[in-house]
Amino acid sequence: MNLFSVALKNLTRKKVRTALTIGGVAIAIAVLVSLWGFDTGYQKSLNNDIDKMGYQILVTAKGCPYEAATLMLQGGGGLRYMNEAVYQKITGDPRIDKITPQLVATAYDTTKQEGRGGISLYMGIEGSYLTLKPWSKFKSGKWFSSTDANEAIMGYEVAEYEQRAVGDKIFIPGRNEVLTVAGIFERNGTQDDGIIFLPLKTAQKIFEVPDKLTGIGIKLKDMRELSKFEEDLYNEPGIQVISLAQVKGTILNLVSSAKAMTNSVALIAVIIAVIGVVNTILMSVFERTSEIGVMKAIGASRLDIFKIIWVETTLICIFGGILGNVIALVGGKTIEYILKQVLPYAPKGHLVVITPHILALSFFGAVIMGFIAGIYPAFRASSMKPIEAIRKGE
Amino acid sequence: MKKPVIKAEGLTKIYIRGTEEVYAVNGINLEINDGDFIALMGPSGSGKTTLLDLIGCLDNISSGSLEVFGKDVSKVKENKLVGLRRGHIGFIFQEFLLIPSLTAIENVELSLYFARRPQERKKLLQLFDKVGLGHRLNHLPKEMSGGERQRVAIARALAVSPKFLIADEPTGNLDTRSSQDIFDIFKKINKDEGLTIILATHNPKLGSQADRVIYLKDGRIISKEDASL
Ligand SMILES: Nc1ncnc2c1ncn2[C@@H]1O[C@H](COP(=O)(O)OP(=O)(O)O)[C@@H](O)[C@H]1O
Ligand SMILES: [Mg+2]
Repeated sequence: MNLFSVALKNLTRKKVRTALTIGGVAIAIAVLVSLWGFDTGYQKSLNNDIDKMGYQILVTAKGCPYEAATLMLQGGGGLRYMNEAVYQKITGDPRIDKITPQLVATAYDTTKQEGRGGISLYMGIEGSYLTLKPWSKFKSGKWFSSTDANEAIMGYEVAEYEQRAVGDKIFIPGRNEVLTVAGIFERNGTQDDGIIFLPLKTAQKIFEVPDKLTGIGIKLKDMRELSKFEEDLYNEPGIQVISLAQVKGTILNLVSSAKAMTNSVALIAVIIAVIGVVNTILMSVFERTSEIGVMKAIGASRLDIFKIIWVETTLICIFGGILGNVIALVGGKTIEYILKQVLPYAPKGHLVVITPHILALSFFGAVIMGFIAGIYPAFRASSMKPIEAIRKGE
Repeated sequence: MKKPVIKAEGLTKIYIRGTEEVYAVNGINLEINDGDFIALMGPSGSGKTTLLDLIGCLDNISSGSLEVFGKDVSKVKENKLVGLRRGHIGFIFQEFLLIPSLTAIENVELSLYFARRPQERKKLLQLFDKVGLGHRLNHLPKEMSGGERQRVAIARALAVSPKFLIADEPTGNLDTRSSQDIFDIFKKINKDEGLTIILATHNPKLGSQADRVIYLKDGRIISKEDASL
């Protein structure tokens, strides 16, 4: 017999109450784990998205930088147009390693999402697009047969979603054109998976924006020349230069304001859980007043009593911590789904990445929670006077 | 010559109830020797429990002097009294006061744990035989009768080999039959092992079986003649 087993047995006495308290802790820990998991996952996915763009700089028409930042990650740039002449002008710059023009267009497709409708994304590109994204591989088919062919290359997911194969005919809603699927890309885990690619000239013709672009992706030979390069382009009228590092910062800013709110929710959950634990343990201490009195009468020291109550509290929090981790692991998918609906920009890939590190940290947090929550009830119990406690309990 | 285990002179305990002072124990002189079997008798409220609490080092005295195993306890602070009790004094209560979540044997083991004594299974089994509970080691208190619970409580008190036993109305919650059985255990322990026992009881039939009966009234010791009036 030792204090640990006494504490453990005490917890099994009021099973429902113990279970509810553990549940409270579990929810708080699950919220914590999910948030930390989101923090990790989101940054990871965002980094992946940005690295997989292949370029570090995007030149777009002037516009709201936030809108641009978001739209750009979804496929190339804000839907404002710049003249293709800009591309001709800067393409010869010796500091440029690789450069590619792009024209993003959207069409509202009423058949999407089981009839609720949704946006289809199109992008006009040239061969240089692939040199910036050497990891893009064809799952089937091949590149456009000519620079103005009525052909399309589909991202993995759209092709999958629309059940398309090479050779199929596709329509662009609202445009009276038929395109033949020339190829389908392999999945690469970025926004490209959801885009239908067209030859740049074809896109300009179909969407009726001749000689226009929405963006130019650029990879410099030396990133250190970025600010100088930006400065030089500053004088070009009607365009702006966005560096991806900047975009990342902007998005993280947007997300962090949302995070501040969820963090306070988590904090509240933790505080409520701690109050719940303190309340439960205090209640059980008062119920066991005469028992504690007897233990003291037969020789328990203050420290003995303190330990019993403290271990009980910590055990509740440890069980809650374990359960919370399990809930977070199981419920992570659901949370991811919800987050994808509410976030200003949701990268591809897993938004919530729960690492062993996070699990360990949250478990440790639960233990600390137990330590803190246990102090007061344990102190109350240990300072009871034996005879008073025995009589009061009668 | 027998040495005194407990020696009280002018022992007094005052409780404050509102603005009133209650002399629960009022100037008691008492000597209890090693091996004594003493019954405390008296009506409810006469101070039996209070006197046992003081002798058992559960509470501070108000005035007078009290020596337990030759040690003056009048100056020992309340939270230091546990050092005197632990492993030296065995307690038995009217309400048994076992730990409900622990089995019979675990209750006894816990007292050994608190007294920092080894928990030897073999000795525990012998002990349970002694109190007539050899077969009910692994039952929870709620699965046992009152008499059985009190036997567990006696085993718990004896396990630490105390220098004396204090029993406050140990048969108060039991029927006549189990009361006598429990009392017989006390008599046997006292006779076989010479363990000092101080026991409070309402029951004159049981009390009269002790070596010595002390009558209390209003916190004072009175003579047998006065008590029977
Ligand atoms: N904690 C206390 N506070 C105030 N009065 C008390 C307290 N404990 C006992 N008393 C009083 O002291 C007297 C003796 O009580 P007690 O020792 O319990 O007697 P007995 O055990 O013989 O019934 C009673 O009048 C009782 O009301
Ligand atoms: Mg009493």
